Amino acid sequence: MKKKISVKRRAYRLVLHGLMYAAAGLTCALLAGLIIYIFYRGLGNISWELLSTSPSFLRDTIGILPNILNTLYVVIITLIIVLPLGVGAAIYLTEYAKNKKLVSVIEFATETLAGIPSIIYGLVGMLFFVQFCSLEYSILAGSLTLVVVTLPTIIRTTQESLKTVPQSYREGALGLGAGKWHMIRTVVLPCSVDGIVTGCILAVGRIVGESAALLFTAGMANNVMNFIDAVKPGNPGATLTVAMYIYAKERGEFEVAFAIAAILLMLTFVINFAAKVAGRKLKK
Amino acid sequence: MRVRFQKRERWRLRAAAVFRHLKGASRKIYMSKSKKFFSAAEKAMNLFFMICGFLAVACVLFITVYLIISGLPAIREIGLIKFLFGEVWSPTSSNPQYGILPFIMTSVWGTLGAVIIGVPVGLFTAVFLAKMAPKRLAAAVRPAVDLLAGIPSVVYGLIGMIVLVPAVRETFDLPDGANLFSAVIVLAIMILPSIISVSETALKAVPSEYEEASLALGATKTETVFKVTIPAAKGGIATSVVLGIGRAIGEAMAVMMVSGNVPNMPGIFTSVRFLTTAVASEMSYSSGLQRQALFSIALVLFIFIMIINLVLNKVLKKKGE
Amino acid sequence: MSGIMETKGLRLWYSSNEALKNVNMEIPKNQITALIGPSGCGKSTFLKTLNRMNDLTEGCKIEGKVTLEGEDIYGDMDVNLLRKRVGMVFQKPNPFPMSIYDNIAYGPRIHGVHSKVALDEIVERSLRQAAIWDECKDRLKKSALSMSGGQQQRLCIARALAVEPDVLLMDEPTSALDPISTSKIEELVLDLKEKYTIIIVTHNMQQALRIADKTAFFLLGEVIEFDDTEKMFSTPSDKRTEDYITGRFG
Repeated sequence: MKKKISVKRRAYRLVLHGLMYAAAGLTCALLAGLIIYIFYRGLGNISWELLSTSPSFLRDTIGILPNILNTLYVVIITLIIVLPLGVGAAIYLTEYAKNKKLVSVIEFATETLAGIPSIIYGLVGMLFFVQFCSLEYSILAGSLTLVVVTLPTIIRTTQESLKTVPQSYREGALGLGAGKWHMIRTVVLPCSVDGIVTGCILAVGRIVGESAALLFTAGMANNVMNFIDAVKPGNPGATLTVAMYIYAKERGEFEVAFAIAAILLMLTFVINFAAKVAGRKLKK
Repeated sequence: MRVRFQKRERWRLRAAAVFRHLKGASRKIYMSKSKKFFSAAEKAMNLFFMICGFLAVACVLFITVYLIISGLPAIREIGLIKFLFGEVWSPTSSNPQYGILPFIMTSVWGTLGAVIIGVPVGLFTAVFLAKMAPKRLAAAVRPAVDLLAGIPSVVYGLIGMIVLVPAVRETFDLPDGANLFSAVIVLAIMILPSIISVSETALKAVPSEYEEASLALGATKTETVFKVTIPAAKGGIATSVVLGIGRAIGEAMAVMMVSGNVPNMPGIFTSVRFLTTAVASEMSYSSGLQRQALFSIALVLFIFIMIINLVLNKVLKKKGE
Repeated sequence: MSGIMETKGLRLWYSSNEALKNVNMEIPKNQITALIGPSGCGKSTFLKTLNRMNDLTEGCKIEGKVTLEGEDIYGDMDVNLLRKRVGMVFQKPNPFPMSIYDNIAYGPRIHGVHSKVALDEIVERSLRQAAIWDECKDRLKKSALSMSGGQQQRLCIARALAVEPDVLLMDEPTSALDPISTSKIEELVLDLKEKYTIIIVTHNMQQALRIADKTAFFLLGEVIEFDDTEKMFSTPSDKRTEDYITGRFG
């Protein structure tokens, strides 16, 4: 007769295995359900007309071209501003700052910034950029708010990739008589491009998904405008997420909302995939 | 003969010294020129990086100060106790009342509920992915979890609104399904990804020696994971929970779409309003004291978040030790 | 003398790489058997087959027979119960990040001992057997990670003893320790052989000579020679053994 571990131990194993499979199954089912449902309800409603026109009350049609453009503008403006600042901060932390306490204070501030909810950014952004700087509801005010929102992401990913640059490279460059900035520009930064790219992709993901911080800063307008206008104060515009919120919550246009949700989901797919590819390159 | 040699030697040495001196001087001139050029750029960049470095600190300070300055007047006018512990929020009635206890309690209960549901599911999923799942399956599920994290919160709100709210209404036979329960479910789903991925990382970081030792004592794989690996990874798991709490308490748009948005004291099947949604829902049309009170609500929310951040910082530091 | 563990025609592959080639050994009861040989010769691999720790390695394939008191351990036996009977001490001290007490009580608890009195007794007995009781009796509730490396390794030995195994496998237990700790552990091992059968992998030939009754010399996955330690070190029968012992390679 085969000897086995006690019944109690077998029951323990069985119960925990059951719980684990149940939890993992639930997670997967949720996810599959979400994706399938969104695509099922949304894909059919995506049409060329929807993508290429502006909404018109006269003709009673809805188009999301302005929202697509606005999303693009916000992404571009935010990245242009946040990139030098975030990368600069990461460089300061890894290459310049000598005082350990100072570094930990800055890192704590970065962590804190990452933990502040969007709605607070939205509120402060509204008070400061929209009212105090009198940019009014505008793409610009929204982008400036998002600069602060995405700053921690850029700082952290850049910092991580800067840390992977071997110390010997730096010593090598400095030993040849290069100045610090020269060394950073020619040796350190080229080595950490992948990390910066990863940070950018993650930031794009955050910007595309952001709604609460934009609602009260970038406004809710749906007009097509060119990039030059987007940079000017006083020109509001809703991004895709904000538009989706309004179509769903305030106007009950669920077909359009699901169409936008499907588009957002596809964007998330692409962004996650891109981040993964960039991250993998970073590891090498 | 010997003297001559010495003489010649001395000359040779002197010449070498002069030559060396000249060479050194010329190098010095060259260096000083380029150094000046270098150092101007160097100094400028140094300054730029320093400013960037302090930008994050400046932002945090700025937000804190701004929220305090704009949040305090209303609290002073209403009275701190009345504001925090008042159970009625009706800023537009003839006798306006500004009690935010309903919002605070809703946020607390909503977050707690999300954690109670989300943490076990997330933790068990993480254990499954890190220790039990066949490699291929785990490799397929992991990007899916990342995707869950990347989905914008309004999309969760939309699904909640269209699918969950009617389902809750019918299952529990309620007049309206937009209530705390629906919000808790949505929040639980939204905190899942961070709990799963952070816990999984922590579980994977546990040295395999611990597990080997446990197995060698005759423990089963399951016993090993639950009695050795999880306790050893408790720092990382705690981090994931705190992160989840932060995300749940700060979420605005998704809960706005599923919680009914009525300032009631919380009950499972009551329509409720969170701290976050209280700010968002009246911001567009409010003015005067009502508007200032919204800033005060934001200040309260901010204080909650700062406490969570401090706890997180402590947990992380402890883990580092 | 009866063998407590026996291997017959034991062959082992890591994916396509043959790590053990036809190993036949009979491990005598209540003695210390040392396994020596150059790195990568298969001695650690062999040790791990004795309590099936190789099961954890991916792509590992085993052929042949390993018996514990006549029972085939790769056959019908429950692997967890096997590991209770064949304990293991690892190269690097690996106490759990728990208190000293919980480390020792871990095994008994797993196997169903939960009464406080019984656990207290087991903890004290195991720590005494591992000659570390006096050093840590006052701080049983302290983290095991606060101990020195040598103490940690003796704690690991105590932990292995707490489940009352028949056989104790030791995989280079002193290679990470200083000489003083090493000699303490060697003394301990000599004391333990009265009650347990010990199989020890070592890099250190002096160590084998000092403590082992029998020694096996492994080379490229084969047992070249397996004999009484004294005989092996004084008059090895195989040329390769002689070369290794005299330091001509390794």
